[in-house]
Amino acid sequence: METKAREPFRFCTRLTLTEVTGRRAFNVDELLEGIKAADDAVIYHHTHRFLKQYHHLVPEGANDFAYWVSNTLQDDRLGEELNSIDIVQYNSLADIRAAFVGMLERSLAGNPGAPRAVAPGREFHFMRAIRFSVPTDCVAGGYAEFLECLRRVDVSSLYLHVFEARLRPPYGVDDFSNWFRLNFGDEALGAEISRLDPYSYTLEGLRQRIIKVIERRLAEVEHA
Amino acid sequence: MPKIDEYAPAAGRGAIEELKLVASRLKGKTILNVNSTAVGGGVAEILSRMLPMMTELGIKPRWELIKGGEDFYAVTKKFHNALHGTRQELTAADFQLYRDTLKTNLETLDLDADIALIHDPQPAGLIDKKPAGAKWVWRCHIDLSNRQDDVWEFLRGYVARYDAAVISAPAFSQELPIKQFQVPPSIDPLADKNRELTPAEVSDIMRRLEIPLDKPLITQVSRFDRLKDPLGVIEAFKKIQPYVTARLLIVGGSADDDPEGSQVLAEVRAAAEGTPDIMVLCLPPTSNIEINAIQRASEIILQKSLKEGFGLTVSEALWKGKPVIAGAVGGIPLQITHKYSGILTRTVEGTAYWMKRLLHEPAYARKMGENGREHVRENFLLTRHLRDYLLLALYLESGGQDFIHL
Repeated sequence: METKAREPFRFCTRLTLTEVTGRRAFNVDELLEGIKAADDAVIYHHTHRFLKQYHHLVPEGANDFAYWVSNTLQDDRLGEELNSIDIVQYNSLADIRAAFVGMLERSLAGNPGAPRAVAPGREFHFMRAIRFSVPTDCVAGGYAEFLECLRRVDVSSLYLHVFEARLRPPYGVDDFSNWFRLNFGDEALGAEISRLDPYSYTLEGLRQRIIKVIERRLAEVEHA
Repeated sequence: MPKIDEYAPAAGRGAIEELKLVASRLKGKTILNVNSTAVGGGVAEILSRMLPMMTELGIKPRWELIKGGEDFYAVTKKFHNALHGTRQELTAADFQLYRDTLKTNLETLDLDADIALIHDPQPAGLIDKKPAGAKWVWRCHIDLSNRQDDVWEFLRGYVARYDAAVISAPAFSQELPIKQFQVPPSIDPLADKNRELTPAEVSDIMRRLEIPLDKPLITQVSRFDRLKDPLGVIEAFKKIQPYVTARLLIVGGSADDDPEGSQVLAEVRAAAEGTPDIMVLCLPPTSNIEINAIQRASEIILQKSLKEGFGLTVSEALWKGKPVIAGAVGGIPLQITHKYSGILTRTVEGTAYWMKRLLHEPAYARKMGENGREHVRENFLLTRHLRDYLLLALYLESGGQDFIHL
């Protein structure tokens, strides 16, 4: 097995600036219309912001829509359904949007009548994420360097390489798995990292999990 | 002033490195700030700490002050109150005075810069002399959600000509033809109000202030203002007294120059009378380190506001790792996720219930306090605030793309 990568892995970091669109929703109907009209930057903000902004918390509230429906609108059933949308299985923001639209349409069809509304001040605000990717000085040429970088980088970097990577070509694949596969032909490690559901960990928890997986694999590679 | 690297223990090494990376793309650029005062007030406090950081990062910050007579400030004070939702009577002469004062300032101020952050209504009219090629941002620190129409329409005529507007919370957004960005305010973790204190420092200060620590302290720090609901705090505390051993501490300013404040203070003292476990403390406005120590010595911190702007005092309390119970108003829900990083309440009864629960469940209260501190670390420190401004500058310079590779 190769020990030096053909192409070193440069860790980048993801930063976002939040744009306020001015669009608001006071009930599920308006939430649905807002999601239908939302561009990718809006969907990204509301399905990924939570991961970073609240990354220290237990993996609760995977998206803003579910959080608002559960905690503000207090529609526990719909909130639970929205929370269960498995973002990891979608390879594009358009698909994620369609999943939310489908879920809300089914809920509205099953519950005709005037939807429950929240008081002014408790409405949902649609926002957009302006995304910046910034290269860091962490560059890895092999397993050990990769581990060292992974321990050092800010969690924003994990966010970019694990979550966002799945939404761009090659779709559904995180950058870490891809790099180990392409540079070392390490399908086993690639598969093990790919199998992790990043949306069910805190970012720090995910970092520790990936570190453990690579440490174990490094020991095997060194003794091979 | 502290150096940027001194913020690493508070903000995290990664956040400091990110800040340096972003700033490196703006090296040599001039960023102008214009507001109405160099001392006093939240904007001046933030700028006085943020601008030296910009210089250290290789950016050229400039700071200009708008000048006007007492009559001008009387008018802009009315603007401020009207935008906050307190009804004001403004005459045509008031608006004309604003225009005239801005015109005079336009003749004297040096507005040359690559990027300008124009803070609040007072200098908004400077847009009339925006240099060609520069990017101008109107930075509004005011909660506009209940703004008075005539004042806003007047200001809107200026604001709509900026390249972007910045607000502190999404609820403050307005219908504008320009993009609006959310940049929440921040606390400085190295300022006296927030810096780490040793247990000995805390004990010394508590001894000096004659605050006994024989019972768990529940504290609310805020000026004596009905909107902070100090009487509601006392009522809630009295409800739990039969079941808990604790002391309530209500800390505020001396309120000598504020007739309404003096009246509220008198009412608070009257409500506390005959209850030895309720202490009311008046401190001078410079008591930053004392407030810091009191918060650190407390078991629970309250901010039972009925109305708030952003309510940054909540972040100050969370930063001390304390469980905070706060009113679900203004910007407070952005700082507290209910039951994860603090408790949001809307009633006296709810506040009483959660005080009792948190006193009886110290492990849960501690975990929530830890979560709250991490949430502030990630979202409400000065370093994040500066980073957002720099990202906005890069966004405007890039021509407004949704994806920017630096």
